[in-house]
Amino acid sequence: MTPLLSARAITKRYGPHIGCADVSFDLYPGEVMGIVGESGSGKTTLLNCLAGQLDPDSGAVVFDTRVDGPRDTRKMSEPERRMLGRTDWAFVHQHARDGLRMNVSAGGNVGERLMAVGARRYATIRAEAAEWLERVEIDPARIDDRPTTFSGGMQQRLQIARNLVTGPRLVFMDEPTGGLDVSVQARLLDLLRGLVRGMGLSAIVVTHDLAVVRLLADRLMVMKGGHVVEAGLTDQVLDDPQHPYTQLLVSSVLQV
Amino acid sequence: MIHVSNLSKTFTLHNQGGATIEVLAGCGLEVAAGECVALTGMSGAGKSTVMRILYGNYLAASGEVVIGGTDLTRAEPREILALRRSTLGYVSQFLRVVPRVPTLDVVAEPLLLNGATPEAAQAAARAMLARLNVPERLWTLSPTTFSGGEQQRINVARGFVHPYPALLLDEPTASLDGTNREVVLDLIDGAKGRGAAIVGIFHDEGARRRVADREIDVTRFAPGEAA
Repeated sequence: MTPLLSARAITKRYGPHIGCADVSFDLYPGEVMGIVGESGSGKTTLLNCLAGQLDPDSGAVVFDTRVDGPRDTRKMSEPERRMLGRTDWAFVHQHARDGLRMNVSAGGNVGERLMAVGARRYATIRAEAAEWLERVEIDPARIDDRPTTFSGGMQQRLQIARNLVTGPRLVFMDEPTGGLDVSVQARLLDLLRGLVRGMGLSAIVVTHDLAVVRLLADRLMVMKGGHVVEAGLTDQVLDDPQHPYTQLLVSSVLQV
Repeated sequence: MIHVSNLSKTFTLHNQGGATIEVLAGCGLEVAAGECVALTGMSGAGKSTVMRILYGNYLAASGEVVIGGTDLTRAEPREILALRRSTLGYVSQFLRVVPRVPTLDVVAEPLLLNGATPEAAQAAARAMLARLNVPERLWTLSPTTFSGGEQQRINVARGFVHPYPALLLDEPTASLDGTNREVVLDLIDGAKGRGAAIVGIFHDEGARRRVADREIDVTRFAPGEAA
């Protein structure tokens, strides 16, 4: 089987400081990978390098495109990369306002992505937007309201609808439940899990919350100081951690 | 079906002075299709550790663990997950589920993952829950708030709803009343009858005598003992 995404020796420095160093992995279709580590461990830098939001100093990010097969996204032209970002890739930001257009209606936020891939009929776009609002548990009656009138949890769900409406094959998520109440988090996670499994998506989820990865991720990468210190099956890494840092991370979680 | 050889396991506690605990050495195990092997030994002897290594949940220090043709000590995460999906079932003592998911869906999930239609999966889940005497009014509720015995039966239902060729049972009859204990023992007999290879931990001696074909005392795999 061809990996959907292959990271090869990704390195990014900020001056003398290491963002992430020599990270390689293969992500296969339908796999969900979690990246965990404390703040400053390089997990968000890595995610941004993978998603083309940041150019790494060296390494390759090879994506299995629908038409041409595996291609290094760093060597693509800017329009090609933008097209990928609108079709096969999606990026869910930690802060919904970074991923939404706050002065455009909820329906418009979802519909915009559809129009970017060529949808033109207003009725179809609106119907699909309404359907997606329902899937992410937002009352379709709110379709003409702006996200500024939504709660944080609703904004995050709207961002997810906007990202998934075009049927991407790979979703990047940066702390998707960060900053939300625990009860809202559980609901969002349940929703995300259903969508990811139901649509057979591959995803890379960056988080510092081990409960999130246990629920969402098939496999895990643990980062510290820009390096991957441990990787493996999620429940194995969490239940039988091998690296000192992972042991510290797992044993530091408060029991409820 | 299940083949374990020369398995050893050590835990290194890096944050507690680097203490190293050797748990198993030279552990070997063969379980054929249709056979049930019970692991015995005192608390702390390593029964659960063996089970967790068989499920790929703990990492072996050395040795081989081959189930259905996959060596769990060398497999990629996706290969282990594929094995768990189709071949290797596990009934643990604890139920770990996603909040908000109804009991019926929890039980139907293994069938859906193996390609059953939603209707067929729901029907089989209903039949299994009824057989285990889980009251129908609970089926639409999430099992997170259920009693210990109820959660145990949901676990059992999940483990037996799909005909896994290999099954790991960790105290499947603990916290069950007599009637439900019988149902579970019948399910185990049934699984053996269709050719499942089973490894189990049964503190309940009567249950063990009834379903187990052989017993293996894991104490003999303690490091330092003659392996």
